[in-house]
Amino acid sequence: MLATMEYKETEQATATSVKVHVEGLRFFYGASEALHGITLDIPEKQVTALIGPSGCGKSTFLRTLNRMNDLIENTRVEGLVEVLGDNIYAPGYDLAELRRRVGMVFQRSNPFPKTIFENIAYGPRIHGVRDRATLEEIVEKSLRNAALWDEVKDRMNQSALGLSGGQQQRLCIARALAVDPEVILMDEPASALDPRSTAAVEDLILELRNQYTIVIVTHNMQQASRVSDFTAFFYEGDLVELGKTPNLFTCPREKRTEDYITGRFG
Amino acid sequence: MNKVLNFDTGFVWSMRLMALLVIGLVVAVGYVLVQGSSEAFQKFGLSFITGREWDPIMGSYGSLPFIVGSLLTAFLALLISIPFSMSIALYLGEFANKGKISAIFTSLVELLAGIPSVIYGFWALFYLVPVVRWIQERLDIPPIGVGIFSAALILAIMIIPFSASIAREVIRMVPVGLKEAAYALGATRLEVIKDVVLPVGKSGIFAGIMLALGRALGETMAVTMVIGNNNIMPDSLFSPANTIASLLANEFAEADSSLYVSSLVGLGLVLFVMTALINFLGKMLIRRLSK
Repeated sequence: MLATMEYKETEQATATSVKVHVEGLRFFYGASEALHGITLDIPEKQVTALIGPSGCGKSTFLRTLNRMNDLIENTRVEGLVEVLGDNIYAPGYDLAELRRRVGMVFQRSNPFPKTIFENIAYGPRIHGVRDRATLEEIVEKSLRNAALWDEVKDRMNQSALGLSGGQQQRLCIARALAVDPEVILMDEPASALDPRSTAAVEDLILELRNQYTIVIVTHNMQQASRVSDFTAFFYEGDLVELGKTPNLFTCPREKRTEDYITGRFG
Repeated sequence: MNKVLNFDTGFVWSMRLMALLVIGLVVAVGYVLVQGSSEAFQKFGLSFITGREWDPIMGSYGSLPFIVGSLLTAFLALLISIPFSMSIALYLGEFANKGKISAIFTSLVELLAGIPSVIYGFWALFYLVPVVRWIQERLDIPPIGVGIFSAALILAIMIIPFSASIAREVIRMVPVGLKEAAYALGATRLEVIKDVVLPVGKSGIFAGIMLALGRALGETMAVTMVIGNNNIMPDSLFSPANTIASLLANEFAEADSSLYVSSLVGLGLVLFVMTALINFLGKMLIRRLSK
């Protein structure tokens, strides 16, 4: 809470507009509380990294932003989550539309066992795009945006499972881009990749941040410092500190942040 | 080191022996069927299979009515059972796949598979056949009750647990990551089932359906009790008929001539080959589906 207020005072000038506004968010798995009242704003067209040790709630937090946690039984949310100005936990809120506007990339690449083309075209199809030419256009544009087009343009009708791990993850990013989201959530998108593929994904994130608001969960602090504009440090279900990435890594305000980023725990 | 190796070799060989024993059994059954039916096949040739007349008194044995009876009841049963078994599988595999209710439901479905065939037969005779008779009265068909349709109904009920259990397991094993990928794109639950769960699970689901079909083809007791035991070519879904299995059960005890016995064994061989052929075709289809 304190951290957020400071952030608002000192850094609001750089945050042009807020895409995600969270206030007093508490999250429960059954009786156990995983998030203890998180309050933060995520600025538009910036990369916000969520770091913290395993089990600190950063992934849970990420998944509240597109209501993926709804799929887990016996969970409960309290507090306010506004995405693109709407309270997404309001009764009757259109989940399909929310998830179209808030895309997600997962830790393990999860292409459908279909062709490369069908993987990308699936999202637009379920949102009502039928016209073949339009689909082809969307597929090419998404693959280009994900820096994968040149590698796959000659094998659009081959199975996506034949791609390498790094290519599969970029395919999943392209798939998320294909439904034209405004916010992209990434849950440790490079943690299962080799260094070269990781670099490719990181380059891609830097490319995408001009067009999209990105929230990325990462275990890797170097990665957070390389790709993000803002970093939020989570610890045991609390947001400890949020700040501009260089500031947070060079002069953290909180003792716990300092201990974590200097490797004293976690 | 050597001791371990010796043990391993011995262990592998003993397992290999057991496996070979099973193959030996299949060969032995096949041999008995071929040997036992040679008289009938020598006498009638191919017309043993294509013949429409089964008349032990006149000494003429043609099996086509029973081949048709077996295929008709089995496929009809499959057709009737699929909507039920797939609904059960989806409900238990995708919707209620955790918790007490699901566990109770799952074991109840498995219990269905454990009810003895003869009990299904009794139940069908007392409860299903009257229902079929009622339908026949409404349709202005002689209300016989017993026949192909009654047999298919009870078979459908009997094979539901087989295809449902396998499909349920397959559906449960569809990776969560794939489903999440579709949900994260804005897919509804129905779309996730239609576009992810069923396509990913289709070869396993199909394998379960094939197993159920095999069961339906070979099922004897319950079918014998409600099919009407009529040795003529079925000419409607309601006509009393016989399957290969029900005919064998009915007539083996009274077969008095060696040609009669040989013809019955020949029918057994036909059923054996039919089942093997359907299994083989099913495997080919599964291989194509899982590509």
